[in-house]
Amino acid sequence: MTETGVRDAINDLMADYCHYLDDDRLEEWLDFFTEDCQYKILSRENVEDDLPLELLSCRNKNMLRDRILSLREANIYNIHFDKHLLGAVRILGAENGGYRVQANYSHYQSNQDGISELFSVGTYRDLIIFADGKPLFQEKIAVADTFGIPRLLSTPI
Amino acid sequence: MRNHPSLTWPASDFSRIPFAAYCDPDVYEDEQERIFRGPTWNYLALEAELPNAGDFLSTKVGETPVVVNRDSDGQLHAFVNRCMHRGMLLCRERHGNSANFICPYHQWTYDLTGQLRAVPFPHGVNGEGGLPKDFDREKIHLQELKIESYKGVIFGTFSDASEPLIDYLGPVVTYEIDRLFHKPIRILGYQRQRIFGNWKLYNDNVRDPNHGGLLHMFHATFGLYRLSQKGGAKLDARGRHNVTWNSLGTDDEKTTSEGYEGTKKVYKPKFTLNDMSMLQNRTEHPDDVTLVILSVFPNVVFQQISNSLCTRQIRTNGTDKMELYWTYYGYADDDEEMTQHRLDQANLVGPGGLISMEDGEAVELVQNAVQREQDKHAMVEIGGTGKIETQKSLVTEVPIRGFYSYYCELMGFTAGVEAAAE
Repeated sequence: MTETGVRDAINDLMADYCHYLDDDRLEEWLDFFTEDCQYKILSRENVEDDLPLELLSCRNKNMLRDRILSLREANIYNIHFDKHLLGAVRILGAENGGYRVQANYSHYQSNQDGISELFSVGTYRDLIIFADGKPLFQEKIAVADTFGIPRLLSTPI
Repeated sequence: MRNHPSLTWPASDFSRIPFAAYCDPDVYEDEQERIFRGPTWNYLALEAELPNAGDFLSTKVGETPVVVNRDSDGQLHAFVNRCMHRGMLLCRERHGNSANFICPYHQWTYDLTGQLRAVPFPHGVNGEGGLPKDFDREKIHLQELKIESYKGVIFGTFSDASEPLIDYLGPVVTYEIDRLFHKPIRILGYQRQRIFGNWKLYNDNVRDPNHGGLLHMFHATFGLYRLSQKGGAKLDARGRHNVTWNSLGTDDEKTTSEGYEGTKKVYKPKFTLNDMSMLQNRTEHPDDVTLVILSVFPNVVFQQISNSLCTRQIRTNGTDKMELYWTYYGYADDDEEMTQHRLDQANLVGPGGLISMEDGEAVELVQNAVQREQDKHAMVEIGGTGKIETQKSLVTEVPIRGFYSYYCELMGFTAGVEAAAE
């Protein structure tokens, strides 16, 4: 793949990730991950202090599937729309056969009265690999500056 | 002086709670004085967070910012986080290590015991300005809380009238703290949840074993906590603290499916996880207790859910907002695999917890619904009315009545003066 081809593919994956979440296509969204993926939401205060606790952590795709299953079947949470705004995608370099990628995000939630609030702002620190020419997240790590979680953390960041 | 608010508590057994208690700003103001600065012991921090001389951290008692620190002799102190000069927040960092506290505003410097040590330009310049001649630095000391530590858990009180901590906690609570802190701990990290409801609604929530198996479907479905299991609620002698406990695997299919009949959304026996490792319980105690929710009046919950251990501190923020500050820990001798297991199980609770995310939502929805119903009352009768005592079943909310019996005593509210409510 050409350098431009890689860049385009990574940018498309980063954008699709957000749009699938916002469109509530969570089951299809799972297809953006490798089976051995790490999906984590980290609190910036723990990251700064080098503490291992996550806000949410799935250490393989099955755990991520369970999260989505639990949201669909088990959890009671605030009824809302999600909207992710992605900043410029930076490809930091090659790593472990993939690409280390960073981008800032803002994640808004809108309630049933049509009132929108910033839910989370932070940075994605991802590792994207290519399998059969298709880009996939091996690591999707959202470091949340908004570590004071408003209400509850239900739908993924 | 403000008028002392009055609320109607129609039932002498506290089986009715006036909704105004969750909404009235005068009640909230009084709570800061009578509850959080009253003869109660408030959870401040864990000693493991302050291992070294000079370590400090910022915390809250109700809405009051407080600094806890360890001085050069290893003694712990707690101060209101306010400079004695002009009221500036003295310590702005979440935590750190420092040889003294220097106010950013005018550089007044306090030592680690809270004693004022230095003021810049004390004699002014060329004999002009500076401190008055009779200014006595020795008399200026940060406003100190009395603190006591039990098994590495630091509590503080503003009141000279507080009983000793050990008596305040009582044997029901110390038994659980002994159990949860039976060996040195290691801090794993923090989570914060901003809940849009009154701080007492969260206290109600953790004193309501009944909701655990009903609101939290994840619990019921995977058998971590079902109302049909062996469990109950142990109250201290005064009824102000509560231990909700259960043992997983102690229920049978018949009792469970009969009990949950008509609530098909809650208990779904056919629902399975792709990765069950998170639900594994690794026995750490000689007993078979797999869940402990220990609520200590007024501001802390200690949790064991399988191998997930944490404290949850309630920080108030007005009538309709609070922060829940979660401190997760493991034991110092945990190996890497056990630490990973605890981190995996941290997914069960906290703001994003598979089990517990609902609580933040439930508290907010009650707050919103009762705002314009302040002359009405919540009904608390599950588990029985009348005497407030230890419960041998999880189908109970009696501990909520225990909380309010002590709350009303501190607040000066009389219960049962009027006929039964609506």
